[in-house]
Amino acid sequence: MTGNLAPRPGFILDVDRSSPPIVFHHGEGFRLEKLPAGRSRVIYPAEPLEGLPDPDSAIRQALLNPLGDSKPLPALLKPGMKLTIAFDDISLPLPPMRRPDIRQRVIEEVLDLAAAAGVDDVHLIAALAIHRRMTEDELRHAVGDRVYDAFAPDGRLYNHDAEDPDGMILLGETPHGEEVQFSRRAAESDLVVYVNINLVSMDGGHKSTATGLSGYTGLRHHHNVHTMQRSRSFMDQENSALHASNWRMGKIIRDAGVKIFQIETTVNNNTFGREGPLALLQKREWEWSTRDRLQFLGMKHGLDAMPTKAKRKIFSSWQAPYALTSVQAGEVEAVHEVTTANVYKQHLVPVEGQTDVLTMGLPYICPYNVNSIMNPILVMCLGLGYFFNLYKGKPLVREGGVLIMSHPTPWEFHPVHHPSYIDFFEQVLADTTDPVEIEKKYEKQFAEDEWYIHLYRNSYAYHGVHPFYMWYWGSHALQHLGRVIVVGGDPAAVRRLGFTPASTLQDALEIASDVVGPQPTVTHIKNPPILMADVT
Amino acid sequence: MIPEALAGRRIAVTGSTGFLGTALIERLLRSAPECDLVLIVRPGRRGAIRRVERDILRNDAFDGLREHLGADGFAEMAARRITAVAGDVTIDGLGLDDHGRNALASCDIVIHSAAAVSFDSPLDQAVEVNLLGPVRIVETLSELGVAPHLVAVSTCYVAGSRRGSAPEQPVDDSPFFVDVDWRTEVDAARRIRRETETASRTPSALADFRSQARAELGAAGIPSLADKTEQLRSRWVDDRMAEAGVARASSLGFPDAYAYTKALGEIATAEVAGNVPVSVVRPAIIESALAEPSPGWIRGFRMAEPVIISYARGLLKEFPGVPEGTIDVIPVDLVVAAICAIAARGPLGPDDGPDIVQVASGAVNPLRYGKLVDLVREWFTEHPIYDELGQPIPVPEWSFPGRGRVKKQLERAGVMLDRAQKIFGVLPVRGRQAEIGARLEEQRELVRRAEGYVDLYGAYAECEALYELDRLLALWDSLSEEDQATFCFDPRIIDWDFYAPEVHLPSVVKAGRVPMKPPARGGESREARLRRQVLADDRHLAAFDLENTLIASNVVASYAWLGSRHLSGRDRVRFVAGLVAEAPALLSLDRKDRSDFLRYFYRRYEGAPVEQITHDSLEKFSEMILAKSFPTAIRRVREHRSLGHHTVLITGALDFVVEPFRPLFDHIVSAQLGVADGTYDGRLTAVPPTGEARYQALIDHADKHDLDLRESVAYADSASDLPMLEAVGFPVAVNPETRLAGIARKRGWLVEDFRKSPGMHRNLLPLAPTIHSGTSR
Repeated sequence: MTGNLAPRPGFILDVDRSSPPIVFHHGEGFRLEKLPAGRSRVIYPAEPLEGLPDPDSAIRQALLNPLGDSKPLPALLKPGMKLTIAFDDISLPLPPMRRPDIRQRVIEEVLDLAAAAGVDDVHLIAALAIHRRMTEDELRHAVGDRVYDAFAPDGRLYNHDAEDPDGMILLGETPHGEEVQFSRRAAESDLVVYVNINLVSMDGGHKSTATGLSGYTGLRHHHNVHTMQRSRSFMDQENSALHASNWRMGKIIRDAGVKIFQIETTVNNNTFGREGPLALLQKREWEWSTRDRLQFLGMKHGLDAMPTKAKRKIFSSWQAPYALTSVQAGEVEAVHEVTTANVYKQHLVPVEGQTDVLTMGLPYICPYNVNSIMNPILVMCLGLGYFFNLYKGKPLVREGGVLIMSHPTPWEFHPVHHPSYIDFFEQVLADTTDPVEIEKKYEKQFAEDEWYIHLYRNSYAYHGVHPFYMWYWGSHALQHLGRVIVVGGDPAAVRRLGFTPASTLQDALEIASDVVGPQPTVTHIKNPPILMADVT
Repeated sequence: MIPEALAGRRIAVTGSTGFLGTALIERLLRSAPECDLVLIVRPGRRGAIRRVERDILRNDAFDGLREHLGADGFAEMAARRITAVAGDVTIDGLGLDDHGRNALASCDIVIHSAAAVSFDSPLDQAVEVNLLGPVRIVETLSELGVAPHLVAVSTCYVAGSRRGSAPEQPVDDSPFFVDVDWRTEVDAARRIRRETETASRTPSALADFRSQARAELGAAGIPSLADKTEQLRSRWVDDRMAEAGVARASSLGFPDAYAYTKALGEIATAEVAGNVPVSVVRPAIIESALAEPSPGWIRGFRMAEPVIISYARGLLKEFPGVPEGTIDVIPVDLVVAAICAIAARGPLGPDDGPDIVQVASGAVNPLRYGKLVDLVREWFTEHPIYDELGQPIPVPEWSFPGRGRVKKQLERAGVMLDRAQKIFGVLPVRGRQAEIGARLEEQRELVRRAEGYVDLYGAYAECEALYELDRLLALWDSLSEEDQATFCFDPRIIDWDFYAPEVHLPSVVKAGRVPMKPPARGGESREARLRRQVLADDRHLAAFDLENTLIASNVVASYAWLGSRHLSGRDRVRFVAGLVAEAPALLSLDRKDRSDFLRYFYRRYEGAPVEQITHDSLEKFSEMILAKSFPTAIRRVREHRSLGHHTVLITGALDFVVEPFRPLFDHIVSAQLGVADGTYDGRLTAVPPTGEARYQALIDHADKHDLDLRESVAYADSASDLPMLEAVGFPVAVNPETRLAGIARKRGWLVEDFRKSPGMHRNLLPLAPTIHSGTSR
């Protein structure tokens, strides 16, 4: 693609005999798969939108020209005030972006304005809810060395601690009886500035603070099976119970007098770059040059021969050359409306009709394994949670249909980041894979476990309850699907998840026909770069 | 009629806890209902009465009688008819108190069946029991001024290793008997014991034992090593004494020390008997019961059984012996019946010839060795023993080679295994691999045992003597029909084709507890059972070692991480080079004494700022300790906690290193450094918890909280943790190194294979990542 052509929108390929094999993501590697001709289609994401030519001035303009009933940021900053800047954590964007990170650009602008207004009491908080704490390197990457060195050493830049008994307060209850738990520092600030990177349509809005600065007491009211099974999809705000709950909580936060100045940003689809070793992942296979083909084969063979640890290292060092496509600031809901439209502009691909079999290639990364290991539970969450829910209208696959996903699904866990996952996998899933039963029988025990809490607060562990949320994330898909098949996964790990292992896509399609009948229709969602299907 | 003849008699019995003795008591209680019994037993810790109850009357030999009389009736009968007396035939005067002496003095008959039957008893022990035992009985009776009928149980093999006929005649009447004085033999045996004891206590011998103990246990701490050293010394002495026994016996033409001492015992008894009338009963190889108390009844794992089982396990690929030779086996109930008949008959008159009866089968109903081997092979082919993996073990075919060839084969196997074991011993392996080492050791032990069997039993399998039974058969003919029905001892009635496969072999495998079925699928494995015990509700405490039990790391790695955290560039390289250069010396010190090693090593923390170390330790906990932790092990700690068990971490690591583990444990015992002016002084404030100090810390903690260590669990990885492991009722070897793997296997401990989470990167050197240049810390 050349720069002067307008980026092409998403595209649906009907597979025929002349269609080339399709590249499937497969963890830290790839598979080339032939889809059955005559009854298969491939949904391609839109090409990357053009980025804003001058991000810094766009940010400044947004801060000075807020949306909704908010005053411009400088008008909100007063000497002697308490200012808290909260920002999205390591889970955004995916993969991490090249320096300077958008958060750094935005925070530097905000800090400049605050300094100009004589604001001294400034705290920066990584709004990670019950995710793992960010390491020094990760914080430096997000906010930049200048900000880090100015604020971290004396404890004004830190990770949110949802289990700090003195650091959390209850702001009230929604009419639905949902407790709103919040960071005390944020609640007691005169102004909370939230710095967001809105990668997918679920992010941002009231969720930024109602979830990001909350803890188990608050989260359990929407991070549960009931809510997730009624979010169809959780990526579609108008039909998401998760969204509705966060919005109810946002109202309580506002009514409690917490003033929030929301800054939201969107990025384009330039995940793998227009140049470089991964660029062809953004190209459509029939447009590959001979050089692309050779390059791909070389890369694939190289990766196939490499040990997992080496591959993991290579992939986790990849930083996306994302470009900022929009930035808007001001009152939360007004801002988020514009943000969502901008996200949809990049992601939405109209699709007609559902399919019997949905296939997807799962990549090496999901929101919870940055600089870590994609364990089997995260494989489930990425496939049945995130990718399955990237739809508006109807799920891509019909009810009772089959989902085939491709991922090596190794029986591997990061012992520092995911200790409760290990126990969840080896104890809970060995007992049952039914989300309702899991929630009833095990959630409280894991959530209140003092060892997990200790590791969450003092080490770099996801909270004890986090693997449960991963499982709930997939509960709508589990309810909807007739079967889940994993191609090329560790059979033992796949079976533990309650899924069916298959060694090739052909085998998987064979197995699928037991559920959906012979000659099923097949749809492949070619993601990432991210696309969201608007299914009619 | 035997029951009538015994009615109203008091019969003293020695050796009643043994195989023959138990069967004898049962028969007398059942078939001679009007006699009383005085049982002379070694009192042990519990006293004679309890011993009779536990070790005799609870035996399954009495099941039939108990059922017949009812539990109460049986107890009443036993209480009425049995007098338990504490005594010991190895003590002059039999160690009897007044009660015992009165009881013995009141007896009409004394049946002496106590013996050191083991073929490899130490010489002096065999002499004390087999030679001097009957002598002491006779002397005690004379002292008491009584002369009851003494029925002394001896053995056919007093005839010595010889071919051809062996009549029922006094030992010294045999033309083949080498005339030696029994008193001289007694003195010599005692002197050899003293000399061997002395030899075992020379400085060089003690040093040898000590280094052997160290090789076996590693740096287990002084008390453990001392304990082991003394064990090795006393075993060495016993082994030398057993060798001396075999050597002296064969020098006089006996197959082993048992036959030799029994032979001299007969001579000595006859010499000192005075007016005590003595009847000698000489059984051949006593085996399981033909019919009474029940077919196949056997007590203990006896003479031929270990050989048979070893054969069925495929261990004895060959066994020496002459296929045409006779294996003189006699079922225990026939021996018992013969003894009863002799007791009832009373002593022979002076003109009736020697009062000696042989109870054997060879002369009238021989079981050929070749036939026995065929029967055994057929039986085990049909009923194979199963190995650990549930595979049936095929039985080998014997070609009856000479003893020399078999021994040579076994020796070769032994040497090979020795070498393999030695190589394995020095490899730094753990867990699964160390289990291989343990298995090698087990194989070596089996070969050693096989060698022993060949040495000991080979002589019996090669024996071609025929024990004459004229007096036995005459006694048999003199019995009434009723007595013959109740007290059968006619060896001609044995049908070997029936007895071996239907009676004896099933009972042998039962007594040997060998797996005769493949392990049931879905059934609880041994490990699952042990794990269930370990995680039972009623456990009190669970103690954990740290290194290689919870985490795959050690104190050196911790130091390297903390020490390198604030270094960069050339300093870092120098630091690493220094540590690597020192590694061999450190390792060797650690092997010698863990406490010394820790003391020496921890010196290098001297001058380290406390605040920085405290801060860095938390980072280290995430980056190094958790990353190298065994998730299953940590889950195990948590399981114990959730079951309400007290959890304790006992480690030689420093307190600040293990502090982040605090929430897992009720109590942490660790090493501590002194602090001066905000820096560590590099000196330990107390003895580091290693070896026996660990054990002590565990005991102190249990005492303080009123916890029972027998109901407790301990997890550790190395033989140096033995004191701690042995202190609890439920020891668990975690990823054991070779020595502990061997010990755990032998003792049937639970072995856990805890591993690091797969997929984590492995750092060659445990260094902290270089801190970002921008840091201002």
